[in-house]
Amino acid sequence: MSVEHEQDERTIRCLVAKVGLDGHDRGAHVIARALRDAGFEVIYSGLHRSPDEVVQAAVQEDVDVVGISILSGAHNTLVPKILDGLREYDAFEDRLVLVGGIVPDDDESELREQGVDEIFGPGASMDEMISYIRKHAPER
Amino acid sequence: MSDLVADLLAGKHSALARVITKIENRSAGYRDIVSNLHEHTGSADVIGVTGSPGAGKSTLVDKVAATYREQGDTVGVIAIDPSSPYSGGAVLGDRIRMASNAGDMDVFFRSMSARGSLGGLSTATTDAVTALDAFGKDYVIVETVGAGQNEVDIVRTADTVAVLVPPGSGDDVQMLKAGILEIGDVFVVNKADLDGADRTVQQLREMLQGRSTAGHHGASDTEAAAGNDGADSRGAASWEPPIVETVATRGEGVEAFIDALADHSVHLDRTGQRQQQARERFAAEIRTLLREDANALLAAELDRQGGLDAYVDTVVARETDPYTVVDDVLEPLRECLEESDRR
Repeated sequence: MSVEHEQDERTIRCLVAKVGLDGHDRGAHVIARALRDAGFEVIYSGLHRSPDEVVQAAVQEDVDVVGISILSGAHNTLVPKILDGLREYDAFEDRLVLVGGIVPDDDESELREQGVDEIFGPGASMDEMISYIRKHAPER
Repeated sequence: MSDLVADLLAGKHSALARVITKIENRSAGYRDIVSNLHEHTGSADVIGVTGSPGAGKSTLVDKVAATYREQGDTVGVIAIDPSSPYSGGAVLGDRIRMASNAGDMDVFFRSMSARGSLGGLSTATTDAVTALDAFGKDYVIVETVGAGQNEVDIVRTADTVAVLVPPGSGDDVQMLKAGILEIGDVFVVNKADLDGADRTVQQLREMLQGRSTAGHHGASDTEAAAGNDGADSRGAASWEPPIVETVATRGEGVEAFIDALADHSVHLDRTGQRQQQARERFAAEIRTLLREDANALLAAELDRQGGLDAYVDTVVARETDPYTVVDDVLEPLRECLEESDRR
């Protein structure tokens, strides 16, 4: 069943990335699992990645969605570095960049301006995230 | 579309990544891309790494890639993980183990989902190897799905196959079984610091001594030798798979493993087996493509004739039988072929 299903529609690939010195990945695991069950292919980066490594993974894996999970508060430093890296490798335009974690309202608009497509804070539901991705996954 | 090929050949990473995506999705134009890449391939050494889940494949691949990089070579890695039979989704976690090569763009690491394929590889793997080869990678390492006993497709893609056997993999009867243990050119007992490693090495050695042909690639010796100069080259063509002990997490034994891979590579060149393998591989690929395309042609023809349902009805009603139906459906095709023969 799944094989035929995949031929009908393109398989969406997502990177779930933990960046910086944030050691909490239970949330990232839950999200990876939920995205898998939604039929997506999920690449999990593992903990403590540098922005360079996230860019490397996003480019090489040619993911449709770059999901960055940050709970440490360092988003203003780390996320722009990832965005710059993606642009450097010509891999920004046709990719969704999502941030999940604890981001103060003031920072949200700043991040969006820099190129983040959507931010999911505490209380966001998995269904919300999955339907957002389905709706906004880039055409290729 | 040809822009993408040009960009790939020019060394642009995002183009290589996108080509592999198109190959994986079988999206429009991927055949032309692979066709155009073909002439640029043939220089990469393709190494397959297989073994049971948790045997340490990813960790070993990481260390091997790092060592090749130290030698100044470039590396492409394709790591395949299973996909869900229910949702079609997958969590691809091999990348987590690639810590030694983090941030090094000259190790191109790509995770693939098996997408329902059962042989330990995805159907797109061979074409993805083509892309990495054309990109100019010196080594392409293909890491299979964590394999059990019968996931032996890797033989059809790799020049050299390494089989990882962790300690405590069962008694000596397991070693007698057909399947994965027949395909190794190099055997690796990873986690060699664990209890029982010596015993596993011993069992492997007994298994290897007992077998008459030298691995999967040796099985075709007869043909290769017949083309050369008879019995002598046949003797030289036999390869005895070495058993290497490693502790991949600490990098122990990685040098020995790489030496073993290099020895096998030299052996392939010396005996002409590399060429022989390539011929067999291309023959198999052509056969597969022919089958797929012929199937597609037939499916289209069936649709034109109004689908299978009407035929099924007549078969159910015992008015005709499946063999006659097939003859009927294929009749126009047969006529076409006969006509083109006459011309």
